Amino acid sequence: MIARPSTGDRTLAIATGACIVLVLVMVAAIFGTLISWGGPALSLRFFTAAPTSDLAGGGILPAVLGTAMVTLIMTLAGVPVGVATAVWLVEYAPPGAHTTRIVRSAVRNLAAVPSIVFGLFGLGFFVLFVGRGLDGALGEAVPRFGRPSVLWAGLTLALLTLPVVIVTSEEALRSVPEAAREGALALGATRLQMVWHVVLPQATSGILTGLVLAVSRGAGEVAPLLFTGVANYQPALSVDPTAGFMHLGHHVYVLATQSPDIDATRPRLAATALVLVMLTFALNLIALVLRGRTRRPT
Amino acid sequence: MSLLAAPKMETRALSVAFGDTRVLRDVTLEIHTGRVTCLIGPSGCGKSTFLRALNRMNELTGGARTSGRVLLDGEDIYASGLDAVAVRRRVGMVFQRSNPFPKSIAANVAFGLKMAGVRDRRAVAARVEESLRAAALWDEVKDRLDESALALSGGQQQRLCIARAIATQPEVLLLDEPTSALDPHATERVEELILSLKRRYTLVLVTHSLAQAARVADEAAFFYLGELIESGEAARLFHAPRDERTQGYVGGRFG
Repeated sequence: MIARPSTGDRTLAIATGACIVLVLVMVAAIFGTLISWGGPALSLRFFTAAPTSDLAGGGILPAVLGTAMVTLIMTLAGVPVGVATAVWLVEYAPPGAHTTRIVRSAVRNLAAVPSIVFGLFGLGFFVLFVGRGLDGALGEAVPRFGRPSVLWAGLTLALLTLPVVIVTSEEALRSVPEAAREGALALGATRLQMVWHVVLPQATSGILTGLVLAVSRGAGEVAPLLFTGVANYQPALSVDPTAGFMHLGHHVYVLATQSPDIDATRPRLAATALVLVMLTFALNLIALVLRGRTRRPT
Repeated sequence: MSLLAAPKMETRALSVAFGDTRVLRDVTLEIHTGRVTCLIGPSGCGKSTFLRALNRMNELTGGARTSGRVLLDGEDIYASGLDAVAVRRRVGMVFQRSNPFPKSIAANVAFGLKMAGVRDRRAVAARVEESLRAAALWDEVKDRLDESALALSGGQQQRLCIARAIATQPEVLLLDEPTSALDPHATERVEELILSLKRRYTLVLVTHSLAQAARVADEAAFFYLGELIESGEAARLFHAPRDERTQGYVGGRFG
């Protein structure tokens, strides 16, 4: 006779099942709410126009542009530094040495810093120290670099996403078989040639995964931008890196708190949030596909 | 015969330790040009470590310490100021498991030349063909040089690795159990290749298979527990070993 599952087993099965249902319901609720509230506001004009000054009309184009710019600057600044750090840690750092341990724990600590603190650091270091310093050196009468801007916000985000880039790149580099390294060195390659011609090409898709994850994390962050350049309302389209910018995430907050007529704003609010969520979802999806490709055996 | 010509490579009191473990003790051996020198012995006897000491591959493993001397044409390859890269360009290596890069067949063979800074495309193409012919692979791959090397069979991959290693025209070629992952037919082709290469290169072969050593070796060296027990003419070593441990091994008593 087969024993029946004990009460404990059944309770656990029911509890875990309930948790899964809860998670699915939450995701469905978020999307359902955003789509039902925001769906009607989605139109071509919503993507191609600037918001009106009372925030009750218009679209989100400046916020889309600002998000794209800040993300681009973040990527251009953060990825080379992150990948280079990972290359050093995997290919050059003497394992177990003092310096290696210090770098590793620095990366871990960087990952643990709250994002608002990155914002304060960005203001203090990039805007006030570097920016003001540049203004002084260039003899600018009116602050040009010494004010919050998309450039400093992008660099702050780069710092925030650095640990993600480093850790995923490290993982990608470590997955390159040792035989490939030995093969290259035995053929008379220098260490640099080995890294450049053999290790990095084989790690590319893994590194790209990290990059996409970092971008999706960075694109949704608002706190570090508050001090470093994000604007409540700046309808003019500008690609000046020293100017302030609008941002999708921050625009959600602005629509929810700064509008004189909250009911009139709600569809736009939900639609903006929907665009932001879809954006990060899309980026995560790309990361998943890339990751699948990395894991596929050759 | 070893007294007639100066050896291509020789080791003097070569010892290698990884951390606290000594895996090779005071090995003194001469390796002559135009001969196939086979290193034999049971697993863990130090023969692979010895081989990897000849092109400074051991130093890639953390904690490796090498003492004694390794001479290439009378010059110490461990001398300070001498770059391991320069040594490896003169002493090539083929590994136990074939390790082609996930690149095209042509790019694999051209890799060492590119790393050495050869830019002339026609010279590279000519050398690729020459090396593939020398590795008896040309006829099988000449129509698909741009296809991935990973599409080749195991035996073809290993011959590609040999072609890749000789493309840079090293003086010495080290082979670390090159056929241990191959089927008998592919093994036979690689052995034929080894015999055809010995006219132009000094070959050092590590093998687990005594039968293989008997087929290709001119010289043999028997390693046991990190020490070189006996070396000399292969036929003599197999048929009239002087040390009883060698006798035990070639007679199949342990291994």
